[in-house]
Amino acid sequence: MSLSQKSHQPESNGNPVQQLFHSTYALTNKCVQCGYCLPVCPTYDSMGKESASPRGRINLVRLASEGKIDIQENLKNPIDLCLGCRACEVACPVNVPYGHILEFAKQAIEESQKEKERAVFGERMKRLSLMKLFPYPERLRAIGNLVWLYQKSGVAKFVRKTKVIHRISEPFANLENVLPSLESPGKRYKWGTVISAKGQKKSRVAFFAGCVMDALMYRTNRLTIELLTSVGCEVVMPQNQTCCGALHAHQGLLEQAKALAKANIEAFEKSEADFYVNNAGGCGAILREYDHLLMEDQHWKERAARFVNRSRDISEILMQYGPLSYRKERRGVLIYQDSCHLRYVQGVYDEPRHLLRSIPGADVVEWEDSGSCCGSGGIYNMLNYEESIKILDKKMEKVKAMGATTIVTANPGCLLQMRLGAERLGLSNHMQAVHIVDVLAEACGFE
Amino acid sequence: MDQKVLEEIRKIIPNDRILLQLQDRYSYSFDASFGEYLPDIVIQPEHAEEISRLVKLANRYLIPVYPRGAATSLSGGPLPVEGGMVLDMSRLNKKLIIDRENLLAIVSPGVITADIHRKAEEAGLFYPPDPSSSHVSTIGGNLLENSSGPRGLKYGTTKEYVIGLEVVTPTGDMIRTGGKTVKNVTGYDLTRLIVGSEGTLGIVTEAILRLIPKPQARGTLLAAFDRLVDSGHAITNILSSGILPAAMELMDNACMRAVENFQPCGLPLHAEALIIVEVDGHPIAVAEEISQCETLCLQMGATTIRVAQDERERQEIWKARKMVSPAITQMGPTKISEDATVPRSKIPDMMERLKQIREKYQLNLVVFGHAGDGNLHPNIITDKRNLAEMKRVEEAVSEIFKAAIELGGTLSGEHGIGTLKAPYMEMELGEIGLAMMKKIKQAWDPNNILNPGKIFPKPGQTKVVLTE
Ligand SMILES: Cc1cc2nc3c(=O)[nH]c(=O)nc-3n(C[C@H](O)[C@H](O)[C@H](O)COP(=O)(O)OP(=O)(O)OC[C@H]3O[C@@H](n4cnc5c(N)ncnc54)[C@H](O)[C@@H]3O)c2cc1C
Ligand code: SF4
Ligand code: SF4
Repeated sequence: MSLSQKSHQPESNGNPVQQLFHSTYALTNKCVQCGYCLPVCPTYDSMGKESASPRGRINLVRLASEGKIDIQENLKNPIDLCLGCRACEVACPVNVPYGHILEFAKQAIEESQKEKERAVFGERMKRLSLMKLFPYPERLRAIGNLVWLYQKSGVAKFVRKTKVIHRISEPFANLENVLPSLESPGKRYKWGTVISAKGQKKSRVAFFAGCVMDALMYRTNRLTIELLTSVGCEVVMPQNQTCCGALHAHQGLLEQAKALAKANIEAFEKSEADFYVNNAGGCGAILREYDHLLMEDQHWKERAARFVNRSRDISEILMQYGPLSYRKERRGVLIYQDSCHLRYVQGVYDEPRHLLRSIPGADVVEWEDSGSCCGSGGIYNMLNYEESIKILDKKMEKVKAMGATTIVTANPGCLLQMRLGAERLGLSNHMQAVHIVDVLAEACGFE
Repeated sequence: MDQKVLEEIRKIIPNDRILLQLQDRYSYSFDASFGEYLPDIVIQPEHAEEISRLVKLANRYLIPVYPRGAATSLSGGPLPVEGGMVLDMSRLNKKLIIDRENLLAIVSPGVITADIHRKAEEAGLFYPPDPSSSHVSTIGGNLLENSSGPRGLKYGTTKEYVIGLEVVTPTGDMIRTGGKTVKNVTGYDLTRLIVGSEGTLGIVTEAILRLIPKPQARGTLLAAFDRLVDSGHAITNILSSGILPAAMELMDNACMRAVENFQPCGLPLHAEALIIVEVDGHPIAVAEEISQCETLCLQMGATTIRVAQDERERQEIWKARKMVSPAITQMGPTKISEDATVPRSKIPDMMERLKQIREKYQLNLVVFGHAGDGNLHPNIITDKRNLAEMKRVEEAVSEIFKAAIELGGTLSGEHGIGTLKAPYMEMELGEIGLAMMKKIKQAWDPNNILNPGKIFPKPGQTKVVLTE
């Protein structure tokens, strides 16, 4: 039995292995390998092997940091196949910070990748869109506008019918199929606008638009603002806000993520709002972890901590300042699919459920699978399409068995994935996947 | 792995259930105890016949075979200490049948224990063995370690509920032991021999479990004592008063402090010890027994008593107990959990001996456990990177075992021998006792194929080594 080998430290200096050792060794060693995290892990369930489990992944990160296995050869694949849903973190009895281990591991993989710089097409694509698109809301808005034009012009029907897109790439094609219809660009609020509260003003909140939400699901953003004002919030749209950085952090681009975090902190501080509200579980999670992201910098860490303190999910604010005034009844069976990052990282569980149950006539059914990841996992579904679909199909079978007519989600990634799921089951005519804001707004009679 | 052997394995198992990559092999190199041993190959069988053919092949080429459930063993049970082949039994999990008429469950070994609990309850039945790892561990692992939990006091351990097995023997033959009847005296009781054999005498591919009707009601109380000896007396008094509680748990002051630090539960920190008593059965009997337990605790000087008035309060009481394990892990990076067990009348003596050991070796040693059946869990919280302290830990562990045996007890009540307690086997069993066990192993497994390196000490090995 050897223990000393466990604490063996690699000798090389400053390389990715060494970095990984410094950033994660103390964290991976907290794991007592009890396996309590196995039953909640969607990829362990679908792939059925230990290297696809949280316990297995943590062990592999430790081995890589000790130089016993190679970062590219042995660690990359198991880490790439993690959804990053962080259900394991909540199940862990000793609070192993899996999310942070994962981020550091991704960073090490990215660094060692750079060292080798293999110009694989997919990898380049990933970096291209992450670095070039997401940090620039203007560019994404431009794409969003293009998509809108494309939908309105009838090209969409043609493309879908002829399945041209399928030949290009199945995952992107599937995503294209489930994109919501876009609103005319004319309806957008301008950055810097202040929208007054209806009735008595109870609070001033700053709205975090989120780049994907803002570009592709602008309608939901607009309805979010209507809901906020209807419960007495004055809404500011801080200028110069940018992408939250979640996708960057999850893909190991920590430096970019930090830069985005700083830009957002600056933008929101200027808004002088009581709360910073967002409507995307995935963005909200990293917004609430900016203090961790910037922990090495004392000055920024404090500003980040204040930012974190003010960050809220839309459902929390609506619960705090509600009730909403409903005008319409809702029929059919509604189920709520948790956004992993809203539930496990932000700890928001009750609020969305309360809100849904408060809709007149709503038949909201709680189901055991609500907390297990749908397989979207940020951009996991694009990078690991097959694995993601396995997880999704398993979940959809359960959805079908429950006779749900509406699946409610709280994050754009989950929303698109659930639409894809309904489509795959051939149920998209009887079953709708919608953002919680859309359901609430509809019941309030907002168009 | 030899190419020729691999070819033959591929004839038995499809490629997608054969794991050879380094990252996969390393993922089966550990369990919840100590050490890291890299297997040459990992196989995920789905049928008993596959296992039978693999074991025959292993005998031909002399490859060690290591069955593994969920690898939650705390004693090194599934570690592939000599390399070879790990059989991941968790994929053999398709069968879970509840036979209501015969009060039986027929299960595959990879089924998670908590799923059996749930299915049985849905049918109004009850499978009592409740190791705290039951939502992760496999029933196969439970059988082979003869696991149990708080309910062991009244309901006994896993072995009381196993009446029949399908087993692949160490030479690769398939046999059935026992059957579907609770009574069975036909020949040697091979079922009981296999249960608790830690995967050294056979690979279980199916089990028939006995179920009992679900108790209708439960009553739970928590009592704190200023002196540890008083809690010991309260336990013995309750047990000699004609009440057989479903569970009786004990926590020392260090555990209480750890829990309060981790997640405040409102525990009385002035107390030296705390006990939790639960009775179950008919509602009227439960009400009477729990109030009797309350009186007995008060007579023994309990300073605080809480009787749960509803399910929520009951959960709250148990939460304190369930928090112990994670809470003490926060006290240091390495936790050595032992489960030495003594006759229950000796609990106060054992607690005293543990206190002496703590002082002698200057270690962070805390105690909790299933006091009703004498199964204590002394835990040493340390840091494996502190080699000097680890040496003291090794000494302390040896002394804990010695104390338990001197008081008429045993090395392990639940967690098994594996690699970690093998060195102490002779201390408990004597030379001949151990030799008789070895003869059984040799007769069953002439080539020493199944889980080699477990239970039996290596020649001259008399102490656990936690450092190199
Ligand atoms: C946090 C924690 C709490 C725990 N609490 C308890 C407790 O309260 N009570 C208790 O008794 N134990 C407890 N344990 C120990 C452990 O959970 C049990 O020993 C459990 O039964 C092991 O099951 P497993 O499926 O993980 O088996 P493994 O650890 O994988 O294997 C255990 C042994 O069984 C063998 N084996 C597994 N499956 C088969 C099979 N089908 N055929 C032949 N051999 C097989 C293995 O070779 C090994 O020797 C705890 C462990 C942890 C980590
Ligand atoms: S639950 Fe926590 S300690 Fe246990 S194996 Fe998973 S990460 Fe490790
Ligand atoms: S983050 Fe999700 S997918 Fe990844 S290991 Fe944890 S539970 Fe599994």
